[in-house]
Amino acid sequence: MSGRSTAWWWVGALAIVLYCMFPVAWIVSLSLKAPSDLDNGSFLPSAVTWQNYELILTGSASELFLPALRNSVGICLIATGIAVVLAALCAYAVARLDFPGKAFVLGLSLAVSMFPVISIVTPLFNIWRAIGLFDTWAGLVIPYLSITLPLSIWTLTAFFREIPWEMEQAAQVDGATTAQAFRKVIVPLAGPGVATTAIIAFFLAWNDFVYGISLTSTEAARPVPAALAFFTGASQFEEPTGAISAAAVIVTIPVVVLVLLFQRQIVAGLTQGAVKG
Amino acid sequence: MAAITLSHVVKKYSDGFAAVNDVSLDIEDGEFVILVGPSGCGKSTLLRMVVGLEDITDGEISIDGDVVNDKAPRDRKLAMVFQNYALYPHLSVFENIAFPLRLEKGRYSEEEVRRRVEKAASTLELQEHLDRKPANLSGGQRQRVAMGRAIVREARAFLFDEPLSNLDAKLRGQMRTEIARMQRRLGTTTIYVTHDQTEAMTLGDRVAVLKKGVLQQVASPRALYEHPVNLFVAGFIGSPPMNFLPGEVDGDVLRLPLAEVPLTDELRSRIGDRDLVIVGLRPEHLEDADTLDDETRGHGVTFEADVDVVEWLGAELYAYIPFETRDDVADTLAELDRELDGENMRTQLVAALGAESHVRDGDVAELWFDPARLLVFDPESGDNLTYDEESARRSDEESVEERRRATERARKRADRSRDRDTAA
Amino acid sequence: MSATTSTAPPPQRAPRTPHRSDRARQEARLGMMLCAPAILVLLAVVGYPILQAVWDSLFSYKLTNPDARSFVGLGNFVLVLSDSIWWQALGVTVLITVVTVAVELVLGFALALVMNNALSTLRPALRTAILIPYAIITVVSAFAFRFMFDLTSGFMNLWLPFVPEDLDWFGSFGTSMAVVALSEIWKTTPFISLLLLSGLAQVPGELQEAAKVDGATWWQRMRRVTIPNMKAAIMVALLFRTLDAFRIFDNIFIMTNGAAGTESVAFLAYRQTIQRLEIGIGSAVSVLLTIAVALIAVMFVKGFKVNLAGSTRAGR
Repeated sequence: MSGRSTAWWWVGALAIVLYCMFPVAWIVSLSLKAPSDLDNGSFLPSAVTWQNYELILTGSASELFLPALRNSVGICLIATGIAVVLAALCAYAVARLDFPGKAFVLGLSLAVSMFPVISIVTPLFNIWRAIGLFDTWAGLVIPYLSITLPLSIWTLTAFFREIPWEMEQAAQVDGATTAQAFRKVIVPLAGPGVATTAIIAFFLAWNDFVYGISLTSTEAARPVPAALAFFTGASQFEEPTGAISAAAVIVTIPVVVLVLLFQRQIVAGLTQGAVKG
Repeated sequence: MAAITLSHVVKKYSDGFAAVNDVSLDIEDGEFVILVGPSGCGKSTLLRMVVGLEDITDGEISIDGDVVNDKAPRDRKLAMVFQNYALYPHLSVFENIAFPLRLEKGRYSEEEVRRRVEKAASTLELQEHLDRKPANLSGGQRQRVAMGRAIVREARAFLFDEPLSNLDAKLRGQMRTEIARMQRRLGTTTIYVTHDQTEAMTLGDRVAVLKKGVLQQVASPRALYEHPVNLFVAGFIGSPPMNFLPGEVDGDVLRLPLAEVPLTDELRSRIGDRDLVIVGLRPEHLEDADTLDDETRGHGVTFEADVDVVEWLGAELYAYIPFETRDDVADTLAELDRELDGENMRTQLVAALGAESHVRDGDVAELWFDPARLLVFDPESGDNLTYDEESARRSDEESVEERRRATERARKRADRSRDRDTAA
Repeated sequence: MSATTSTAPPPQRAPRTPHRSDRARQEARLGMMLCAPAILVLLAVVGYPILQAVWDSLFSYKLTNPDARSFVGLGNFVLVLSDSIWWQALGVTVLITVVTVAVELVLGFALALVMNNALSTLRPALRTAILIPYAIITVVSAFAFRFMFDLTSGFMNLWLPFVPEDLDWFGSFGTSMAVVALSEIWKTTPFISLLLLSGLAQVPGELQEAAKVDGATWWQRMRRVTIPNMKAAIMVALLFRTLDAFRIFDNIFIMTNGAAGTESVAFLAYRQTIQRLEIGIGSAVSVLLTIAVALIAVMFVKGFKVNLAGSTRAGR
């Protein structure tokens, strides 16, 4: 590779980073602008202020934001946890055991993951109202499974297929009990795949908007993305731009941290199942 | 067809490691040159520099007098057969062979492409497979498709990068003769990289032996075998490999672990004032004394040896005889062993005896060798003290002459069969 | 996210006698038992509601007046399909899908190429950067782009040449759609590029070198060697993104709320059911959307199988 083409790849790489960071930097910058500074027509704030963060964490918008944050974290963690446990059992069976209906399991989860979420919302809206699950945590956890479970089954199956399972038998031949073989061999081998799957599933749940906005009506269960749409300004006539931006930054932080920590595994998880099939 | 000249070629990586170091080599038009050496010796890197897949750090590579250092591979008009053949999986055999022609849009008519591909296919006996995909071919067929792609382009030279290493032993032998036959017939300049010394010895007009990026010796296979310049070449060429024994100069004799060799004046002058040398003796130069007549026995050295293990191979018999080596040469030999990718097992002498020998495991055998066959090496530098430039050159010349005649015969035969075809 | 079952090589099984051994039967039972919970949950969470939606779509049913519920057969479908609102929404959806997927494919391929060729020291940084748009909440990205083009808080009108300073991007159909598409493209191109990157990585480097030696230019190598050999990855990326783009909702909700004729099919379903409480009509729209998505999937998988067989089996 000649020096000049190396330079071009550097330019390309820089362009990618700019492309990915630009809107993020913009929303951070916006969150640091004072309301009077919003229309300065410039990318950066004239003066940095934390008042938007104060507004959503301790101020008037905190009644809207903090419960939403709690709902989002709680509901997404529960939905992810259930999905990963169920998917792990299922993926183990698909990857290791021979039984009729394997193709059905994978086909069904694929079909579900392609399903338009809005089509499930319509009937659920009606049913949840009838049986009292509307605007509750359970009322969101259950439909979230339709997002997290199929993905977890696919990703984990792909991961589990790569595991050298004969290691487990080797450990047993070496004198390990079944429990020891599981703890010392299977858990370390399967752990990274399970963790990665959990992260990706969490991202999907965290990203949901359709269920959140359709199946909740109060801060009892409303998650952050839906809550953002209900933000209002400090006064009736003020745009809630700053508050929304600050809240957006806060919900983006955990995502960025996870990406920074697990980028390699996440890429593997996203592509493994897809391309190897 | 072209002559290829490498002059002081260097490949240095950014960490300073020199994969190829100051290699100069003249390859004549129509010549078949082998680059050989253990893994990591830089032979593939050198080939890839010739074809243009690796940058040249320093030095010059020219094809027919044109320096090609900065030319893209596509402008060098060479053809290469890769180790894994690099067949395009999405194209049929026909399209794989036609690929280089299709790239030059508008230059070849559909008819011309078809004619050329079919000609190449018939040379390689691939006619029935033209519509198949590479995945459905056997290893040998894939190999031939890769060669077809090289032929059809009428490239200035063929480059082969360990093309037979993925085939099983039997097929490898067949493909080896196939490649030799094709090269003789087409007379295209060929550079062939291998780590297999059988391929090196059987295919090449000349063989270039590389070690850690440095060219050791370039010579005809026969000259390499009979007149290696140093320990490395001596140890690399030949199977089973040459035996190396410590030799102590003691008055009028050279004392080896198992035998004593009288020092001739010639030998003494070559050894000079050294007291310790490394002696090389090829396994096939050892004989079972019982199978020889008295006259032959008379002008050689006979010694008794405890045979540890015997391997009977039908045509010959290998006897393994352990011996105590000396610490001062042990390090040199261990180092050599590492360079040759060896396993550094215990020191033992291997004797390739005739199949009629009755030596068995645990026997005390009487073995014989002709001291004129001994090679003597300097223990520090590894240089062959018995190297005879004059006979090495003669040996090279003979090979060139033999080769010229063989090529002529092959071409005449090809011409005759073509005439027959056109007459018919 | 993953490929269709058709991409998986058929499991190698020994020819089986009609009698399963006890061991095999036990294994099969265990396998089904392990899968059962997940499958039951999926059926309950998705299967049941969709049947309910089909049922609901056959009734004239308004939550504001539940007593007036009456069976109308396919009446709702006739109503929806004869209304220009449906066709407008379908047009918007198809337009967004085609435009975004096409742009994403080209852009994603470029990103994948850069990542594939970038020095290995840069690669982790690039990978991290590229995951950020993927991982960010769609609603957040929608807000970021909305504020960027907003008349009050935005700066784009000042930055972009040939754009009047007082252009209201969300005031008309074309400009609104452009911003919606931009946000959608920004957010999902990384996913495509990761899939394409892993496809690129599966094209052996030796093929590239062979083509170089055979005399191919960069462009010829791309078109004749690289792209044909990563068809499978391209098709998978296309399928996922097409289905995903067809369901577009979040961006439109946040950026235009359906104004200026930018309502998508998913948004129409939402508005009918959740805002207007027209359960019957909303269900009919949902069912139609499901049918459309299924048709797209079937179309892809049908055309797909052929290509896959060609490109995966022809490995070295």
